[in-house]
Amino acid sequence: MQGIVRNGVRIDDSFAEAFPMAATGLIVTAPTRKWANQAAATATGYATSVIGCDCEAGVDVELSEEETPDGRPGVRMLFFAFSTKGAEKALVNRVGQCILTCPGTALYSAFDGDVKVKVGDSMRQFGDKWQMSKAIDGRRFWRVPVMDGEFLVESQVGVIKKTVGGGNLLVMGADWESTMRATEAGVEAIKDVRDAIMPFPGGIVRSGSKVGSQYKGMSASTNDAYCPTLKGVTKTALEPDIGCTLEIVIDGLSDDVVREAMRAGLKAIIDLGPEKGAKRVGAGNYGGKLGPFHYHLKDLLP
Amino acid sequence: MKPFTFTLRQEPPQRVDLSALTPDRLAGKSLAEIEKIEIGATRASTKVGDVFQLAEGDLKNVRYEGGSARFDLVGAKLLPEFSIHVEGDVGLQVGRLAKGGKITISGSAGAYAASGNEGAHIEIKGNVGEMLAAPLAGELAGMSGGRVVVRGKAGARAGDRLRRGILIIEGDAGDDLGSRLIAGTIVALGATSGRVGYLNKRGSLVLAKRPEIGSTYVDCGAHAFTFARLFSRALKADSEAAAAVLSGKLQRYGGDTAVYGKGEILTPV
Repeated sequence: MQGIVRNGVRIDDSFAEAFPMAATGLIVTAPTRKWANQAAATATGYATSVIGCDCEAGVDVELSEEETPDGRPGVRMLFFAFSTKGAEKALVNRVGQCILTCPGTALYSAFDGDVKVKVGDSMRQFGDKWQMSKAIDGRRFWRVPVMDGEFLVESQVGVIKKTVGGGNLLVMGADWESTMRATEAGVEAIKDVRDAIMPFPGGIVRSGSKVGSQYKGMSASTNDAYCPTLKGVTKTALEPDIGCTLEIVIDGLSDDVVREAMRAGLKAIIDLGPEKGAKRVGAGNYGGKLGPFHYHLKDLLP
Repeated sequence: MKPFTFTLRQEPPQRVDLSALTPDRLAGKSLAEIEKIEIGATRASTKVGDVFQLAEGDLKNVRYEGGSARFDLVGAKLLPEFSIHVEGDVGLQVGRLAKGGKITISGSAGAYAASGNEGAHIEIKGNVGEMLAAPLAGELAGMSGGRVVVRGKAGARAGDRLRRGILIIEGDAGDDLGSRLIAGTIVALGATSGRVGYLNKRGSLVLAKRPEIGSTYVDCGAHAFTFARLFSRALKADSEAAAAVLSGKLQRYGGDTAVYGKGEILTPV
């Protein structure tokens, strides 16, 4: 399996396998940075994996006053779902419960996309006929009266149909601390890549899964080959010097973005070196038959 | 590439209908054919060649060197991506039912400018006559999209039955600004008079100078509107002054409660 070593970090001859998803982007703004971030954190909560959530969501980038449509601090969020319909349903629920309710916020579409889904159009009735529509430069907004003034929300937001979900890096180190140090370095590097999010807590997942289970009817279960406490008793993928595995999962608006994000993460992990950080980096796949996007680590090396 | 240019030879002997001289309708015609186009409004014949000297150029952009208050229907039904510039005045109904594109008039325009405009960006550096962006008699709605910027004064009943789109009037507006507004936005920076926003249904009137506001408008207090910030940014390229008015707190008068009453007059505090 091994052969490539960079800066003392072993790189698996493996690849990450990713899947097509539909994605939407939203820009939320608020009078202060605090409330813009709060709105984004709430709206992208409980959205780690489509296995159990309505979508995968995360903060793409914080926007300065100059970068937002209304000149207030903002946050750009991305939402990934299996279908356009699924994305629309998730958005309406999340905007209705998390953005409409959040003091001071306004909501805009982040990009035009391939198709449009209704967001403001599904929310306007909250205004009980007091809502007002405003159109400018080909975009339409709803002003919905709320108790702190008006909630401004774009009527429709764009969906990009062909996006990529599931780019990943498996970071392996001697213990939890060093592995976490390397993984966090990777996450920080990937944060700088626009149009990509890492939907898991802090960008990191510790419960990587394999297909199938010993239990009947369970489609996924713990990836025992990468569990350090089972090194002796299972058919392990870990060497004796590995005591911890963490995974970074990446969703991006395009094939190139995911590749760029993985490259940035890989570079940061390798730069940290095996003493302070990870001893080995791998990638998760299902044999290459399930997902159309393959990212070979050897092609992404710095 | 140089624009396709019509240079005025002399003041036309009668009103002329220039709706035939938009880029899409001139496409594929030779200069000789264009010169023979009949533009007179009466039984007496007036041809393009009688009034203009033509210079071939990029048909995406049409330019009139010299204007006249007799130039009617300049840029009527103009399509997106095209532009028309008039160095001088124009007559009635400039940009009538334009679908898109850009029209700039260096002089003044007559009545019914931007009537029924559906999406064009129209800038008039001088004054405009009455019924700016209004519907013609018998029509149910006026302008339904686009943006109109008037640097000078506007005549009476500007924005009558406006349905969508934005009007910016930098000078004074005549009587009954925004009468019978259906929706859309009007920003007026100068003085206003008469029954401002008379029978307004859902439109927004932003007035830099607070006029006497009719009793069917009700004070809703002063607020910082997020949509106004958005509009302020979007309108900055067209009018710094309009953007400035929209960037601050605005007093909201809801109305016209004599009718549907979901519209508003907004003025700086």
